[in-house]
Amino acid sequence: MKLTDTLLFASGSLRGSPTRTLLMILAMSIGVASVVVLTALGEGARRYVVDQFASLGTNLVIVLPGRTETAGLGPGMLVGQIPKEITLDDAEAIAASRAVKRIAPLTVGSATLSRDALNRDVVVLGSTSDLLEVRHMSMGIGKFLPAGDIHESASVCVLGNQMKQELFGNEQAVGQWVRLGDRRFRVIGVLSSQGESMGMRTDELVIIPVASAHQLFNTSGLFRVLIEAKNRDFIEQAKRDAEAIMFQRHAGEKDVTVITQDAVLATFDRILTALTMAVGGIAAISLAVAGVLIMNVMLIAVAQRVKEIGLLKALGAPPKQIRSLFFAEAALLSSIGSIAGLVLGYVGSTIIGQVYPSLPVSPPWWAVIAACGTALGTGILFSVWPARRAARLDPVAALAGR
Amino acid sequence: MIELQNVSRSFTVGDQQVSALRDIDLRLDAGEYISVMGPSGSGKSTLLNLLGLLDRPSSGTYLLDGGNVTDLTDEQQAQVRREKIGFVFQSFHLVPRLTAAQNVELPMILAGIAPEERKQRVEVLMQNYGLSARADHRPDQLSGGQRQRVAIARATVMKPTVLLADEPTGNLDRTTGWEVLKLLEGLLEQGITLVVVTHDAEIGARAHRQIHMLDGAIRSDERHSA
Repeated sequence: MKLTDTLLFASGSLRGSPTRTLLMILAMSIGVASVVVLTALGEGARRYVVDQFASLGTNLVIVLPGRTETAGLGPGMLVGQIPKEITLDDAEAIAASRAVKRIAPLTVGSATLSRDALNRDVVVLGSTSDLLEVRHMSMGIGKFLPAGDIHESASVCVLGNQMKQELFGNEQAVGQWVRLGDRRFRVIGVLSSQGESMGMRTDELVIIPVASAHQLFNTSGLFRVLIEAKNRDFIEQAKRDAEAIMFQRHAGEKDVTVITQDAVLATFDRILTALTMAVGGIAAISLAVAGVLIMNVMLIAVAQRVKEIGLLKALGAPPKQIRSLFFAEAALLSSIGSIAGLVLGYVGSTIIGQVYPSLPVSPPWWAVIAACGTALGTGILFSVWPARRAARLDPVAALAGR
Repeated sequence: MIELQNVSRSFTVGDQQVSALRDIDLRLDAGEYISVMGPSGSGKSTLLNLLGLLDRPSSGTYLLDGGNVTDLTDEQQAQVRREKIGFVFQSFHLVPRLTAAQNVELPMILAGIAPEERKQRVEVLMQNYGLSARADHRPDQLSGGQRQRVAIARATVMKPTVLLADEPTGNLDRTTGWEVLKLLEGLLEQGITLVVVTHDAEIGARAHRQIHMLDGAIRSDERHSA
């Protein structure tokens, strides 16, 4: 019997019982579609986090005050000592490292931004001119903070896009004066609209020189020091240098934490990939269930078509041929189910992508292959038993319908 | 040529052994027209199933065209059925979802014959059996006589040497039954060996050789010149 004839015959018998066939295809396609949609969601979440980290900057090393480690108790912790703060001088010392391209010290606080009668509580970022490069921000209009001595305070500020809109509407903002807390600042630039990155909306920020921020909030400690390493290969060295410099400057106490963006990113990447595979695996169980369903329905089909099987045997079909007819049916069902499921899955992911535009939803290629493979595999695997049963039927009894 | 040597067939029913055939010795020559008659349970269907290789004897030897087919594997027996044996059943056994032409084509599909040749042979047969107009009809749209003619066309499409008919007129009215029988008898001219199992003495009497069975044994074996 030729392969095309086998397939034609199998598709004929599938068409012979359309309801049963449609139900099995439905079960298969739901299984495949759920694998596709769920892994697309997981992959979307992973890429969302990865993108967020990438938008933070490249080759970043971040120094934060305090030791967040479970490795042991520092002597300072026993006496309830607050870790030493990181100062601007510390930041400058780190900048001297060979592995460091540039740094951006960061102080964060909140203050009331006002212009005439308009008031708005805002997050104020104190930093330096290099922040623009380090954090991959971009200017809409005007200039960013001026370069120069980082200890020097200047009464200038850069507004986030949304702040500018709220305070100035369509008016010209650059050159105007605003009040931040009890001090006056001149607007020298407006950031371009960038949306959200790592939970911080740059559109709602006001950025002032770090020295001014220290005066405004009456502190001298930095919230973070962002370090951009020379290139990818220098990230580890920059981290070690930063640790060594801080160790030395803080009198032999390890009271800062240095993290690399890569390490954090890799961790998130691993967690979210594992999560994606887990949900994909759970969805794959529904495929196995669909496989059991195929087996069940195939067994019924064998029972219902006993006479036909008997006839095929009488007409000279060897057991092998009868088996392959049932395999062909299962393979056809699984492939049609897989294709329908893929279409369904892609439509589903597209809809989710429309509903949550910030989530880059698209099913990973390995999940698509795995889903189709599992569908075909289970479909054919679970048809082995029914096919063998059909092939083993006694022709005399089968012809009599027994 | 068919030869059964000392063939027996017994079934286990519950804990009892029931003999359906006992020590049958039978020789059928090529081109013979044989009727097998006898009451229900006399073993005529079992004999027919054995002749058609649908069943295996419990003991004894079956020679078909000089070759021993008793010990062939299932696959080999299927091949013999495909090439040498045609079946006609009382209840037609057409595949309901296939058209008349597709039912006739089925044995050739199983044998792996090329589509062009299949089409041609189906067409010729449908023409010969007056079924051309009904070729695209499904079995449930055909009359009993037409269905049996489709079944005969299917049984002969592989040009078998032996045609085994189990009560071929059993589900048909008298007139149609005779037509079908004429059709079967027409095949004798092509040199086919025709074995008809029947209850009907009148039909059985038409055969050149009449075998009467009782309790799994051949009671009489008479030859008539036609």
